[in-house]
Amino acid sequence: MSDTTHTYFNELATWATSRLKGDEVLTAWLSGENSDFVRFNQGLVRQAGSVRQRHLTIDLIAGDRHVEGSVGLAQEPAIDRARVSTMLDSLREQLRLVPADPYLSYATEVVSTELTEPGSAPDPKAVIDEVQAAATDRDLVGIYASGNVFNGFANSLGQRNWYEASTFNLDWSFYLRDDKAVKNGYAGRNWDSAAFNAKAESAASQLEALARPEIDLKPDGYRVYLTPTAMTEFFTLMAWDAFGVRSHRTKQTPLLRMVTEGVELSPTVTITEDNASGLVPDFQAQGFTRPSAIPLITGGAYSDTLVSPRSALEYGVETNGADMYEEAESITMAAGELPTAKVLETLGTGLYIGNLWYLNYSDRSACRTTGMTRFATFWVEGGEIVAPAKVLRFDDTLYNLLGDNLVGLTDEAETMLDPDTYHRRSSSSFRLPGAVVDDMRFTL
Amino acid sequence: MAIIEVVPSSLEAGLEAAMPTGVDYASIRYSETRTEEIAVRNGVVEPVRTATDGGVMISVWAGGGFGYAATSDLSARGLAEAAARARHWAEATAGRGLVEFPPLQHQVGTYVSPVTSPWDVTSLADRVAILIGADAAMDIDDRIVDRVAGLSRADTDSLILTSGGGRIEQSIRNTYPSLRATANDGANTQMRTLGRGAYVGQGGQEVLTRFGFGDESAAQVATEAIELLEAPNAPTGTMDLVLAPDQMILQIHESIGHPLELDRILGDERNYAGTSFVNLDMFGSYQYGSELLNVTFDPTVEGQLASYGFDDEGTAAEKRYLIRDGILERPLGGTVSQHRAGIEGVANSRACSWNRPPIDRMANLNIEAGDQSEAELIAGVENGVYMATNNSWSIDDSRNKFQFGCEYARVITDGELGPVVRNPGYRGISATFWRSLNGVGGSETSLAMGTPNCGKGEPNQVIGTGHASPTCRFSQIEVFGGDS
Repeated sequence: MSDTTHTYFNELATWATSRLKGDEVLTAWLSGENSDFVRFNQGLVRQAGSVRQRHLTIDLIAGDRHVEGSVGLAQEPAIDRARVSTMLDSLREQLRLVPADPYLSYATEVVSTELTEPGSAPDPKAVIDEVQAAATDRDLVGIYASGNVFNGFANSLGQRNWYEASTFNLDWSFYLRDDKAVKNGYAGRNWDSAAFNAKAESAASQLEALARPEIDLKPDGYRVYLTPTAMTEFFTLMAWDAFGVRSHRTKQTPLLRMVTEGVELSPTVTITEDNASGLVPDFQAQGFTRPSAIPLITGGAYSDTLVSPRSALEYGVETNGADMYEEAESITMAAGELPTAKVLETLGTGLYIGNLWYLNYSDRSACRTTGMTRFATFWVEGGEIVAPAKVLRFDDTLYNLLGDNLVGLTDEAETMLDPDTYHRRSSSSFRLPGAVVDDMRFTL
Repeated sequence: MAIIEVVPSSLEAGLEAAMPTGVDYASIRYSETRTEEIAVRNGVVEPVRTATDGGVMISVWAGGGFGYAATSDLSARGLAEAAARARHWAEATAGRGLVEFPPLQHQVGTYVSPVTSPWDVTSLADRVAILIGADAAMDIDDRIVDRVAGLSRADTDSLILTSGGGRIEQSIRNTYPSLRATANDGANTQMRTLGRGAYVGQGGQEVLTRFGFGDESAAQVATEAIELLEAPNAPTGTMDLVLAPDQMILQIHESIGHPLELDRILGDERNYAGTSFVNLDMFGSYQYGSELLNVTFDPTVEGQLASYGFDDEGTAAEKRYLIRDGILERPLGGTVSQHRAGIEGVANSRACSWNRPPIDRMANLNIEAGDQSEAELIAGVENGVYMATNNSWSIDDSRNKFQFGCEYARVITDGELGPVVRNPGYRGISATFWRSLNGVGGSETSLAMGTPNCGKGEPNQVIGTGHASPTCRFSQIEVFGGDS
């Protein structure tokens, strides 16, 4: 399927180029997937199915004017050529009616690339067997997603780029009762039954601690350990608009105080957009390639931003291949020095927070964030788990959490593939350590 | 019956030919959405973007199993392959499924969005000109560091065919205007919008008129952004709270809508969107709010964002009370969920597109109007805050402990609106918050809006929901301001 789609895309782009008139230029971006989804509840299958989708976006450029159109593809030449031809006619009509775009930017130096990252996910029926076996006498809920996702770029100047990854992602929880659960994930390129069963057994063993009577903590400041999974929630929120040059120049970034006042986080905090180790393509929709890494925060200080080609012209800086939204997709945070195996000991007395949930800004300019604890969150005394904690709401600033109040980061960072499947399966990933933080503010 | 043709007859014939046979139930749901996005930012017309996204989902119930297959390949070969995959999944899940074969219907009907002033009669240049004017109207002060005027449209045509002769055509036209002005002074940034994307609905150009979109409202948005920049932080303490309709919609959405979704109550969402503090035993007796609280599920409201004739399981849509005089009556659950729970629900099983299966969703979830004017609501507050336009939302996974922030607020003292304050927020617990409702505005204070991007489901889906609310007043709520 993949080779076929790759070849098909290149041929369709070549055909579309042949339909251009005069000085027209086009860029073409393909986004697609062949995915299987199995949804579980109570260890049984709730919904199961497949999605095959391909979307082609063409930016039709004439001089300093351009318009963009997108259409779904059937991967049948007669059908798709008719769709693309109709779209090109429509785009030409629109071109007459739009003004020049001072920030129009597309790659003119031809840099073609190709990267296919194969995987070997088993037949989903076999996965259902394994998941249901692991769920025996347990309440398992979650989703299994697998298959290949792909992006292609082509332009009428002859550039061709292709990226494809075949992955699986089982994102599941074992529930004990009510909101008491252990959440886990197993993702990668090659399914390993032994690895999955080990994760399932590990998760099941944590249920024993959740079975203890829960503790109802009052709103206050608590010393906490945030697992790498909990840490992803902060960076999922900030990935949207904290690191783009547009949000910095328009003063909308939640890191505003770092930009305007030179405020710094702890010197142990180094955050990078690590394209090389992520799952995203090394090219973007205007044909620019991405560097292997972009330092965002170095030694606690604001370092660099993600710059789309459009912003590069608007603000007079170089693009670094960011997409139009300037979102971070492959965030890594450097590990620290706290021994991972001794986090409970380091925590001493406080909250072990396995997961956070539903973060949002309570004061964006101050990077003040609120959110909830969720799933496996425990009260710890003397380095020992005492009891599961009822959910708590925190409301605190990043400058406290990763600044003045940061005790340390663990010496191991964990790689986590984003299980999101909005529109199509996500290619984002995180590599983050855990963090011990003093006096995290809880309000409800 | 309205006569529409949402798909060419040749395609419909192809869909009919692909219908799986010899199964308990099958459906083919085709949809095509055509979108146009226009924006003017700081005097520059952003690239105009159009998209056409069409495809089908074929669903099969057979032998106790259920499966679906979705494809953008509408060729005979593509449809046949999808039908075979759906059948394969049904076979693969037989005997392993959570849901027994539900009593799905084979309805026939149509729904067409009311459009009094179609966009088709305007040119792209005309539409861009509207935004150029609105963007320019926000250019009132050097401290306005970013301005965006936007106009998006989404036309969705769908056709559901079922193995028992069901045929439902729906043609929905949505319009999404937006305005945003960002003001900055040092480490203080304030954003003001026209309803934060909630001033949306079905219809054509009349949607702009409905929400007062234009140069005047653009200038007001910018003026209020500057006002906020110069304002002190909102007060902190426990006090009365008056919420404008464009904040009420998020309050309804998060702390009534989601907890009443029957699939959450049944546990489907526990790994992602969460569970609910509501359980099946509460329906019919639970005191959800004060006796002033009346909440309806109503996909029949003309022009509201989530109006339709049938849900995506093919169930006819009707207005139903979910909460009446404060008492919880019924959940938001479609045919499949009702079958699982043994409780009556509503026609709310919806998919965001052809490539996702239906799940329980809000449609239009509205608070029925009361009888107080906004002036009367304000007059009843000795010490409190008036808040408008949501800009931050967070709630726990059982939809109980929430915290919301707003763009704009004014202090209320001795029954009168006072100075503007910035970074306003409040927090509470759903199970007790609605019982503090002590004033509901009349219909003249009510506005039918929507939340275009509600996320839920595995695989994930983002869909539009409609909400209408009058201005409402709550007693003794925990209120706070910001740090910046």
